[in-house]
Amino acid sequence: MAGTIYKKPILFAVVVTVVILIGTIVMMVFPMFTKQMHPKLENLKPYTALQLAGRDVYQEDGCFYCHTQTVRPLKAEVMRYGEYSKAGEFAYDQPFLWGSKRTGPDLARIGGKYADEWHYKHFNDPRKLFQGSNMPSYGWLANHRVDAKAAEARMKALGFPFTKEEINALAGKTKLDALVAYMQSIGAAVPKKPGTAMAAKGEKNPLTGKADAIAEGKKIYEMNCAACHGVDARGGIGPNLTDKEWVYAVGPVGDDTIFLIIADGTKKDQEFEGRKAKGGMPSWGELLGKKKIWSLVSYIRSLEEK
Amino acid sequence: MAETAAYEWKPVKGFALSGLFWGAVSVLIGLFISIQLWRPELNIPPFFTYGRLRAVHVNGLAFGFVIAEIFALSYYMVQRLTRRPLLFPKLAMAQLYIFNIAIVAAAVSLLAGMTQSKEYAELEWPLDIGVVILWVMFAVNILGTIIKRKEEQMYISLWYLIATVIAVAVLYIVNNLAIPVGLFKSYSIFAGVNDANVEWWYGHNAVGFLFTTPILAIFYYFLPKTTGIPIFSHRLSIISFWSLVFAYLWTGAHHLVYTPLPDWIQTVAIAFTIFMIAPSWGSVVNGYYTVGADWDKMRTNYLTKFFIMGITFYGLQTVQGPTQGLRVVSQLIHYTDWVPGHVHMGTMGWVAMTISAAMYYTIPKVYNTEIYSVKLANVHFWLVLIGQLIFSITMWILGIQQGAMWKAVSPEDGSLTYTFMESLLANYPYWKIRTFGGLLFFIGLCIFAYNIVMTAVKANKAVAVEGR
Repeated sequence: MAGTIYKKPILFAVVVTVVILIGTIVMMVFPMFTKQMHPKLENLKPYTALQLAGRDVYQEDGCFYCHTQTVRPLKAEVMRYGEYSKAGEFAYDQPFLWGSKRTGPDLARIGGKYADEWHYKHFNDPRKLFQGSNMPSYGWLANHRVDAKAAEARMKALGFPFTKEEINALAGKTKLDALVAYMQSIGAAVPKKPGTAMAAKGEKNPLTGKADAIAEGKKIYEMNCAACHGVDARGGIGPNLTDKEWVYAVGPVGDDTIFLIIADGTKKDQEFEGRKAKGGMPSWGELLGKKKIWSLVSYIRSLEEK
Repeated sequence: MAETAAYEWKPVKGFALSGLFWGAVSVLIGLFISIQLWRPELNIPPFFTYGRLRAVHVNGLAFGFVIAEIFALSYYMVQRLTRRPLLFPKLAMAQLYIFNIAIVAAAVSLLAGMTQSKEYAELEWPLDIGVVILWVMFAVNILGTIIKRKEEQMYISLWYLIATVIAVAVLYIVNNLAIPVGLFKSYSIFAGVNDANVEWWYGHNAVGFLFTTPILAIFYYFLPKTTGIPIFSHRLSIISFWSLVFAYLWTGAHHLVYTPLPDWIQTVAIAFTIFMIAPSWGSVVNGYYTVGADWDKMRTNYLTKFFIMGITFYGLQTVQGPTQGLRVVSQLIHYTDWVPGHVHMGTMGWVAMTISAAMYYTIPKVYNTEIYSVKLANVHFWLVLIGQLIFSITMWILGIQQGAMWKAVSPEDGSLTYTFMESLLANYPYWKIRTFGGLLFFIGLCIFAYNIVMTAVKANKAVAVEGR
């Protein structure tokens, strides 16, 4: 047989087909019928009509070519982005949008990290928030309306639950609104881990007033904080850091409080020295580490009005 | 003349020239998006942003250039190797016209943002149906001509063509299964982890059965033809063929290392990926030993160096690829610019060089003339070689730098050393060098296109004079 197969094209084609199908069946077809390929986290919700419309925009404009949506279970990666990705997060993703290249950062944990306002500002002009960013501006999406009729058909096709009111509410929405809503939905099914406290209550900044710490703090500030608090720290999306007001009330707070706010971020109505936060500050503890945060505190203290 | 008249060369000419046109356009787009990476203000919404043009670049080259040249060279090889004219010449011409219409429609739809968002399978469902029809037209002609052949023994190239025809059909249809919502939009029928597994089973084998098997068919046919030396080992080509075709389908999940895909799938895929070195190098060694009968051909025959450099990049690619699949390497270079460096060595090095050499041989044959300029062909060779090396090597260095910056932690308190922005700012010099490499490659490609077109023009003029 060995020699004759090269003289019989039909037999040859059949054998080739069988050879190709073996790997296909073991690696692709068989897993499809196992439970482990279809997990769903308990609190995973289907997309709302607005979120789905935003996901469609994300697809249309090829965002997945530059942004991944999977955090790998590697130490540095979990520190940078947050909890690693779980198989059960993606049950409603048709198609999956994990991507294959990080020209920009991973987005698997972007949902809820920043305020909506941050996203609008960033989409409008990424370079205003990050000098030297190469992300294209997507402000133009605000000039395109979401097609409510198409959105309804799409929700139906995917079998996601929706209400008439939800569809009607799309009428005034732009594609930018939808994209921001989608951003905020990404990774929502995975609870944000409460950070381990990196500083004790009442702990004093060991780097207070040190010139090199202030210089390093300034660098860290410009890279990470200026986007929301302004290059001059006089406020923007986040509050002014140079005035006498701390956590929305006049009067100083301790080093430890500033440290904890930077390290863990804030939630709405969270109390700090008897004051209530508005929420929206992301956590930076894992990313920056203790020394950099204390340097940052030194820098912020150096800006304070005397 | 009498022999030439018996064969059907019109579809060969048509696909060869169409592919050349789409190839030049798509490389130009690639050059433009490489600039967009370091000049973001060149993103012109909505149609000419990076996110949309990248899809046009990749699809334009995979479908517009590579598949067109595969059609052209397959129609040439199959007639020669079966010693009979194409079974359905009119069908092949119809396929040529539909193909060009489909490429225009594909480009327009991708610019308009109609995409399934699966890499190498971006085209929306109506175009997918078009692609399937085109492929069936191709399959009918190739398989039909082989069945009705006049030469009993099927040569190696025909094995690879048969495998290509079958595998691409299976891969393309399964991965593109979707729920249509209107004419311009669909959602994958697969979801989440499962969708990822199907996509990369497809994605990696699209590379396997578009950028490998048909190019090997071309290599095994045209290398002996141009050098006049028979293939070194028939037995080695048999072993390489069956092990390659068997193992390829197992490897796709190496694209998903450290994702939530079940570990066993990742591990099996990595193991088979390492195994793939063997069949790939079977062909590399076969190529080297073939020319090894007379290395002087590298100097005396201008096409030999294209084939030998092409197969060398195939060899490097098939060692680099499996290495990247290993978890320890993947965690450093995955998601970085190393990956485009890897891809472009395969496409600009192996695929484009092998196709170019085969075209330099085929076009004079089908026009019954000599190549317009061997000198220009040599200039083309050096430009695409240097351009590609600048591109790939720069991206490898950059990839390692990115990976290292993303991983770097402070020895003092374990915090991350660099913000993402710092790693991005460090990319710019490399991205500019990459654009320069791409520019050299583009100039080389234009010289190639000019040489081919002038060969055809010269031949047509000669025929006109004869006819007078």
